[in-house]
This record gives sequence, C-alpha cells and structure tokens, in this order.
Amino acid sequence: MSAAAPAPPAPAKPRGVIARARELAPEVARGLRMTLVLASITTLGRIVVPVAVQQTVDTGIRGPGGPDVGRVELVAGAAAVVVLVTAGTSWLVNYRLFRATEAGLASLRTRAFAHVHRLAVLTQGAERRGSLVSRVTSDVDTISTFLQTGMVVLVLAVGQLALATVLMFVYSWQLALLVLACFVPVILLRHRLQRPVARAYQGVRLRMGELLGSVSETVVGADVIRAHAASARTWRAVDAAVEAHRQQAVKAQVATAATFSVGVFVSGLVLALVVVAGTLLGIDGDITLGRMLAFLFIIGLFVMPVQAATEVLNELQNALAGWHRVVELIDTPVVVPDPDERDALDLPPGPVEVRLEGVGYTYPGTSRQVLRGVDLHLPAGSRIAVVGETGSGKTTLARLVTRLVDPDAGRVLLSGVDARRIREVALHRRVVTVPQEGFLFDTTVGENVRTGRPGATDDDAAAALRELGLGAWLDDLPDGLATAVGQRGERLSAGERQLVALARAHLADPDLLVLDEATSSVDPATEVRLQRALEHVLSGRTSVAIAHRLSTAEAADVVVVVDAGRVVEVGSAAELAGAGGPYSRLHRAWTAQHV
Amino acid sequence: MNQPDPRRTARPRVQRGTFLRGMRVLARGAREEPRLFAWAVLGSAVYGAGTAGSGWLVGRVTQDVVVPALSGDAAVTAADVWLAGAALLAVGVVTVAGVLLRRIAAGATMYALQARYRRALARRYLDLPLAWHHSHPAGRLLATAASDVEATWQAMAILPFAMGVVVLIVIAGVAMVAADPVLGGIGLLVVPALVVVNALYSRRMSPRVRRVQRLRGEVSTVAHESFEGALVVKTLGLAGGEVTRFAREADRLRDANVAAGRTRGAFDPVIEALPQLGTLLVLAVGAARTASGDVGVGDVVQVAYMLSLLAFPVRAIGWTLAELPRTVAGDARLQAVLTEDATTPWGSRAAGPGRAPARPQGRGVGYHHPAPVPDPTDEDDAAPGAAAETTAAVPPAAQPARAPRPVLRDVDLEVTAGTTTAVVGGTGSGKSTLAGLLVRLVDPTTGTVLLDGVDVRELAEGELAGVAALVPQSTFVFDDTVRGNVALGLDADEVPAERRTSDDDVWAALRLAQADGFVAALPDGLDTRVGERGASLSGGQRQRLALARALVRRPRLLVLDDATSALDPAVERAVLDGLGAQGLGTTVVVVASRPATISLADEVVHLEHGRVVDRGTAAELAERDEGYRELVTAYARAARERAAAATEQGARA
Repeated sequence: MSAAAPAPPAPAKPRGVIARARELAPEVARGLRMTLVLASITTLGRIVVPVAVQQTVDTGIRGPGGPDVGRVELVAGAAAVVVLVTAGTSWLVNYRLFRATEAGLASLRTRAFAHVHRLAVLTQGAERRGSLVSRVTSDVDTISTFLQTGMVVLVLAVGQLALATVLMFVYSWQLALLVLACFVPVILLRHRLQRPVARAYQGVRLRMGELLGSVSETVVGADVIRAHAASARTWRAVDAAVEAHRQQAVKAQVATAATFSVGVFVSGLVLALVVVAGTLLGIDGDITLGRMLAFLFIIGLFVMPVQAATEVLNELQNALAGWHRVVELIDTPVVVPDPDERDALDLPPGPVEVRLEGVGYTYPGTSRQVLRGVDLHLPAGSRIAVVGETGSGKTTLARLVTRLVDPDAGRVLLSGVDARRIREVALHRRVVTVPQEGFLFDTTVGENVRTGRPGATDDDAAAALRELGLGAWLDDLPDGLATAVGQRGERLSAGERQLVALARAHLADPDLLVLDEATSSVDPATEVRLQRALEHVLSGRTSVAIAHRLSTAEAADVVVVVDAGRVVEVGSAAELAGAGGPYSRLHRAWTAQHV
Repeated sequence: MNQPDPRRTARPRVQRGTFLRGMRVLARGAREEPRLFAWAVLGSAVYGAGTAGSGWLVGRVTQDVVVPALSGDAAVTAADVWLAGAALLAVGVVTVAGVLLRRIAAGATMYALQARYRRALARRYLDLPLAWHHSHPAGRLLATAASDVEATWQAMAILPFAMGVVVLIVIAGVAMVAADPVLGGIGLLVVPALVVVNALYSRRMSPRVRRVQRLRGEVSTVAHESFEGALVVKTLGLAGGEVTRFAREADRLRDANVAAGRTRGAFDPVIEALPQLGTLLVLAVGAARTASGDVGVGDVVQVAYMLSLLAFPVRAIGWTLAELPRTVAGDARLQAVLTEDATTPWGSRAAGPGRAPARPQGRGVGYHHPAPVPDPTDEDDAAPGAAAETTAAVPPAAQPARAPRPVLRDVDLEVTAGTTTAVVGGTGSGKSTLAGLLVRLVDPTTGTVLLDGVDVRELAEGELAGVAALVPQSTFVFDDTVRGNVALGLDADEVPAERRTSDDDVWAALRLAQADGFVAALPDGLDTRVGERGASLSGGQRQRLALARALVRRPRLLVLDDATSALDPAVERAVLDGLGAQGLGTTVVVVASRPATISLADEVVHLEHGRVVDRGTAAELAERDEGYRELVTAYARAARERAAAATEQGARA
C-alpha cells in the first residue's frame, strides 16, 4: 500500500449527519414524512402474493367445502387492486425522493461552489483545483445515488423484512425460526464480509487516481514527449498504471461476487430446508399446504434485501465519504472573511491612499516570514513601483494591499480604513489586481474585456483597448472583439493574454490598480507604449506595479525596494539609482542587459 | 470557405438505432475478449437454467411429494422428502456456481476492455500530432480515457446477466407450458409485457439520460473554469456572477435529473407489478382448472412460482437497455480519438550522421491554429417533456467567421550550422510557433521546414528528436524522479549502449544547466521524485531542469524559446559558453528580447505579424530596421526620454 492512501473518513455520527444535512440542504427533508407514509403503504404490496397463494390454496382450491373458485377470484381481484395501488405509491415515493433530493443537492452544490470563491485563492494550486471540481460534481453525485436508489431500497427492505417476518410467524413459528436462523447470520456476516470489499474498492479508487495521473501526462505533457521522443517511457508508465488498476478492480470484483454468492447459496439452502421441514410438519398436521406454499414465496422476499444490502452499504459508505468531503469544504474557514455587517464600512470615494503599519506575513503551513515589520505610506493618486529579487516578498505585498490575504501582524489601511472592515464586494470593485497569469474565460476577446464592468458594451471594451494604445493590436485580430480566445485564452500568446487582462482591469475603472508583473510577457516596445498609456489613464488614481523590469520603476513616482521580507528603500527612481543601495545595484545590472 | 464545418461533420447521430448500435459495440467488446465473455455467458446460462430448474423442481416436488404427503398419502416417505430437499439444494449449489462465475467473468470482461481501450487511447494521444492536441481540450481527452471508457463498457458487466435471463425465460416458458398449456400461456403473457415495458423505458430514458450526462459535463466545465480563474474572479469581484452562472447550470441539471427520475421511478414499480398480476391471474384461473380437475395444485404452484422467480432477474434486461445510450455515446467519443486519421506522418529517412551542428531552414513556412473541435456527442437535446430552452444565458464562444488568423506567413529562414541565431519580435508575432516548427512540434500549414537539407516530415520517427531539442517557455515536469525527468527514457535498457544516458551524463547536463546545485540539495538527489506528487520546484528550477533535459541529448540543434529569460544573463552566457567548451557542435536558435541575450547571437531574425521583416547581425538590424530598433532599444529610449524630461523640468525650475 502506498503511503499516500487517503485516510478513511472519520465515522460519522448519524444524528450529526442528519442534522447537518437539514441545515445545508433543507429541501431534502421537505415532504419526507409523507414520503415515508407512502413507502410503508408500498411495502404492503410486497406480501400480497404470498398471502394470496395461501388463501387460494387453503380456502379456495382446498377449501373446506371443496374448491371454491368464486372465493379465489375474489382474493385474486382484491390482491390485484392492492398490487396496482402500491405500484402507484411506489412510483410516488421514487418521484418525491428524486424531486426533494435533487433540489437539496443542487443548492448544496451551489453553496459549495460559492464557498470555494470565498476561500483564499492562493491555496488553490493546480492539483487542488481538480479535487475542488470533483467536490461540487462527483462527490455530490455519490450522495444523490444513495439518497435516490439506496435509501429507497433500504427503507423498503426493512419494511419488507419486518412484514415478512410477522407473516411467517402467523403461518408457522417453526418454519419462521428456521428461515430466520438461516438469514440472520448472513445479514450479520455480510456486514463483516463487507469490510474487505470496501478496502478493495478503496484500492481501486487509489489506482484510478494513479491511472488518471499517468494518462494526463500523455495529454498535458504532449509537447515535451514529442520534442524529446519520450513516448516509449510514457506508454510504459501508462500500461503499468492501467494494468495495476485492472488487477485491483478484478480483485474487488471477486470479493464482491463471493459475498453476493453467499446470499444466493443461503436462499437455495432455505428453500430446500423449508420444503423438507414444511412437508414433515405438514405430515404431522402442524401446517396447511397453503401456508407451506406461501413460505416458498416469502423466502423470495428475503433474497432481495439480503442481496441488495451489499450494494446499499457500499453506496452508503460512498455517500458518507462524499458528504464528508462536501461538508469539509463548506466548513473550511474563510481566511479572508467579509466583515460583520455591523462593522462593515465602504471605501471612501476618490483615489485610494495605502498605509501599511508593522505588517508581517507568513504563508499558512510554512514557517518563514515572507514580510516582516513593513511600514509604508503610499499617497493617494501616486504611481508606485515595487522592485526586488524573486522571493523578496513583493508579490505578497501586492496581495496584502488588495486583501487577497490578511496580515498576521500589523494592519493594512486603505484610505484610512482597516482593509478587514471593508465590504469585499465594494473593495474589489474599486481595488483591482492584474495578476501575471492573464487568465481568460473560454469566450471572445470582447466578452473577456467586458467582464471588467458589469453591463459594459462591446464599444466600451474597444474603447478600453484603444485607450491603452492597443488599437492596432485589436484591428489586427481576425475577428476583432469577436475573436475566440480558447480555453484559458490559449489561442492567444502569453503576452496577448496580458493585454486583454489589462484592458479588463482598465474597464473596471478602479481607484487602486495593482499590477503584479502584469506585462512580463509583453515585448519591450509594446510595454513601453502601454506604460505611457497607463500614465495617462491612471492619472488621478493610485497604482502599485510589482515590476521585474526596471523600466516600470523608472516611470513611477515612488519606488519601493523589498529585500528578504523588508522594505529597504523608498524614494524616486532617480534618487535611488544614485544612492548606492540595493536599487542602484539592480539598476546597474538592468542597464547592462538592456541599454 | 470550402473547409467543412467540423461542428457538422464530427457529430455522429446518436439518437437513431441506439439499440442496434449499442449491441454492435458490445458485440465488438465480446469479440475482443472472447474467452472472458464466453465464461461470463456460460456462468449466466448456468444461473438461468439453475433458477428455472429450481422453479420447475418446486412445482414437481409440490405435486409429487408435498401435496400427497399433506393429503395423508402414506406412499410418501420421509426419505422422499429428504430426497426432494437434496435435489433442490443441488440445483441451488449449481446456481451459486453459475452466479459466481458470471459475476467474476463479467466484471473481468468489463475491466479487461477498459484496460484495453485506455491503453489504446494513451497510445493514440502519444501518436496524434500536437496540432490535434491543441484543438482538443485536455480536460475532455482525460474524461474520454476515464469516464467515457467506463460508460462504454458498463453494459458489458450486465449483458451476460441479461443473456442468462433470456435462458431463464425460455426454460421457464417451456416448463410453464409443459405444466399446463393454459396457465403457461397466461404466465407467458407476462414476458412480452415485460419486454414492451423495458423497451418503452429505454426509449423514454435515453434522451433524458443523455441530457443529464451533457448537463453534468457543463456543471463540471463551469466549475473547472471558474476555479481556474479564481484569482481573476476574486480580484474583479465577479464571485456573485459566477455563483449565478453555476447555480443556473446546477438548476438545469436538477430539472433534468428530476425529469429522468419521473420515468426511472415508474420503471421498478411497473416491472414488479406485472409478474405479481400474472401470478394472481394464474391463481384465479388455476383454481378453476383444479376445480374442474384439469390440473393439480402442484402445476398451479409451479407456474405461479416461476413467474415470481422471473420478477427480479428480468430487470437486468431493462438495465442493459438503459445502459445502451451511454454505451453508444461513450463509444462515439472513444472512436473519435481512435479513428482520428490525423497522424504525424513520419518518413523513413535517417538524419545525417555524426556530431556536426545541424542546419535548420524554413521555406515559405506558414501556420495557423486549427479550429477548436467541438465535443463529438455534444448536441442540443431539447429538454424532454418540457419546452426547449432557447436562450442560453451564457452564449457559447463565437466561432471564427473567417479563416483562422495565420500565425506565420511565408517565412524563409536560413541558419548557418554552428551559429547562434536570435529570433526577435513583438507580442504575438509568431516567435514561439516558429521555434516549435523547427523541432516539428507542429507541421507548417504551408511550406517546408528542413534540417540539413531534408524535409523534417521525411525523417523517421525519433530521428529529429535525436538531433534537435527545444526548451519551451514553460515546461512540464513528469511525476517521476529527477533522473527520469532529465533522461526521459534514454536511460532504459532497450536504448543502445552508445546512446544510453548514464548518471554521469545526467549530472553533466545538470551542471551545464546550472541545476546541479539545487538537485544535489534535494533529499534523494537524482532519485528525488518531483512533479505532481513529489517535491515542488520553483519556476526557475523547472526551467533549468528543462534545459538539462535538452542538453543531456547532446543536440546538434538547440532551440530556446524564451527559456533563459528567468535566468540571470551571466548564467545564460555560461550555458551557451558551456556548449562550446564541451566541444558540442551545436546550432542555437534563441527567442529573446533582451539586448544582452541578442548580443550573444551571430545573426538576428526579426519577426513581425508572422513574417520575417529583416535579418542580419544585431548591428546591421539596429542600423536599418526601425521596428527592430524600437523593440530592443525601447527601454533605453524610454529611460533617455525620461532623463531628458527630468533635466528639462529641472532646467525650467
């Protein structure tokens, strides 16, 4: 077993699960009482046939006054009515359950989805993203599978077993004890037999994860594989993972088949025993022919619940595991919570002034403080550039200012208000970040730009691009604003994606714009042109540019130099270049490369 | 506009003849795994015969043993009773053996087919040209290998069961008619009724199931895209709109599921009620016939009991029929990949021998992106039983009305063997595409790319990769050790000894790429697992690993696609110098924008809007090519202008 085997979910307290379910998906419980009443009526239909057999034989065919055909027809007719009525209630039960559970699960899905967007986006690495998607899709599906099929089977099976047991004792306590003596151990044993089956399936899921990982390399790594003719090693890896999955799945299948067969065997055994014991009892006059024959039909009622138990327990386990994963997601505390409505404030209008007071930050799960004791004042309306080596903490600084994270120590003030007290929606409408990876939605250039401001038109989008000096680029697109960008924008080059992201942010009309290496893939001439355009459109706003190219810093009013988690220099580019400090070193290296 | 619209041609019609098409797919599966499938059918037939046999036996035992015994017939002895019990038990044991064999073999058949198709798909993915990959979303290709394979072969686990049920029905029918033609006839009426219900069910269900599958895919797509763009969603305050978008999809899925549930919820009750009603009818008519002395109680019991035996297994037919739409839809997606005729046509020529630096050329090279290919089974099923939704709230990405934008147009490229050439150009000018064309990541849509005078399409598989290596802008790290990631199979035993990569070679390449330091610091050195489940590497470390991956192949042509931009210029210089110092005759093509890198090049090629606008030495271009000057001196000019403005301001003040 690999060490990476996921720990089985903590055993749930059923009552806790149900209470939480009512809280998170109240629609599921709506009308449940009526559904249960209908379900109990439905179980009645299950014992109609054995009763009819008994009545037909004992009071009809072998009636005291000879065969009584009229009576049999009456019994059969009455039984047929019950069968039809309970078929109707059975359909109602199923449909009501579908309706209630689907309504509940749809809102559970949406709730989980909304929560993901409230969580800290920084913790969502590429691997985690896949698992987040599966929480709002397949994990919810496992819950619905159980609620819609497993639960019906379970409720009906319990009712059916109870009624069948009562009926058996009415007909013959001796045979009833015999039947129970055979089936009860199986039901108990099945629970135990279930454990290796569950383990085997856990192994299957694990192998499936490995299989998907290896197949994904053939797709995501296609370029590298092609460039280096590495397909042989890759398909060997895939073959190994596929074979490991197949073997484990067959193993699980054998375990399931073995458990299932136990049930089939016992029902065959019970049939033989009932015939023998019933006949012997009948010879002694302890049981009538009709009752004995009814037993043969009652045994059939035991087979279904016993056989289905395996599947249902499996589904129950999957559903509980799925439920736990969804609830765990919904219960993940929001690291950057929206302020309490009583404390909440809006950002004062106008360009934003930024003040950091003794700010420190350590990424969760790490021990290294990325920023320490940062005091910084960025005046409203100024253009600020933050420079420093990779890993110096400059991106973290940007995240603090835009409240993607909250500081562990100190506070961040935007226009004099603690960022933690500003309503999130209000904050992000006025404080906009352009990250380095210009993620685009799989639609057109125009629509991507328009996401910057709700209700914006294509003309607004075109204007935003032109104001940034990107008119020529737009005109050169084959379909202009209607050009499709592809998944993640991959039909555009990395630099072009950044242009669209920049226009999107510009259209949002922010009072504080944070550019986190937002033009890193853009060619120098375009970058310089953008820089000029930005100088124009940013006038009257505050902007913070995290720069890996010093050309950005040169254009700023204030340059902030970050080194090893501290702000080491603040001043104008011209002042700092001659100050002989860290900035002048960076400046010399830059000049050597580019000038 | 004579290009066929892929949206129309690539869409097989799923709705027609689902049954026949599904059975054809399953028959193919049976032919591909004949032994396992035969075992499964045999097991199932034994199960069907055993179940029917027990029903027949119950009737006979009732007639010949139970009724006489309970009627006080002394001719029946205890031994007869025990014998009857033993016979029933024996039939039961045979039935169990059949069930066991059926379940194991049917499952094994399904898993063997899954494995077979997953292997085939992975090989196809590795064989298909990258242009094909670029026009098919990775998520969909993964879903094909995972869930479409499952959907296609799920029915294979139930099909043998259904076939055993047919055996059961036939034997039970014969036995019922043999017991009493009238009662048997009544009982047999149930069978066509069950078949009709099953057929109606699968016909009514299949559009609903398809719709549910499609909407499920849409929910997942929205979630995936939204989470991927979480940073943008957060920073632009779009979360509210995203939740609305997701809720809309989730609600549509809910409605589709409820619509499917309305039908699915009716199936089981009807299927259960039919044999029950048949049994009751048999009892009523049977009573009359026993009264008239035509049949015995045992015969009535036999027919009634057999009908009740049918009730549960007969559902397997319905399950199989209900699975067929998924089989057909799944197989359509599998075949879309497996029968895709876009291949990378490899030639048969060998690359020139020896270690001399290679000479890449381009002649009239043009390239445009392939159009995105829609989902092969993505069709607009109107919501069954409800008015079709005509307004999709989020319009799908508009398809390009005109021919796709050419990324490269009529590019001629001559690189002298052994020299370093810099490719310089604006954003979106086609630099990366040109780099990919040189190592045949994609083939040009027009023109030819040559290596040492040979069209690269004429080279045999593996030849080009043995000569040329590309280091891309961002690279992929395999879930493997550092050694595995650098050697990428070149360390396997099958590789001829003279080409096989030793640990020394790997270290040498890491040293050259300036990656030996961080690798040595990893807990297990070369054996450290990196990638998805291993240690995570920083961007710079990944780039150096990619560089080592290229260098360990001792390429005669090295293409660096902005690959050294994250490296210090001094490191970059050391890498390029290192190539020379090792006596590796290497031609280098480097996509670059910083003057320090360009200054290392013997020649510069200036690309603009997909065309070569100028070429020559850096000095020549700087002198005569204004666009080039604007690009490479942009920062310097900006700095100068700013300085001038500052001075002016100072002077004015």
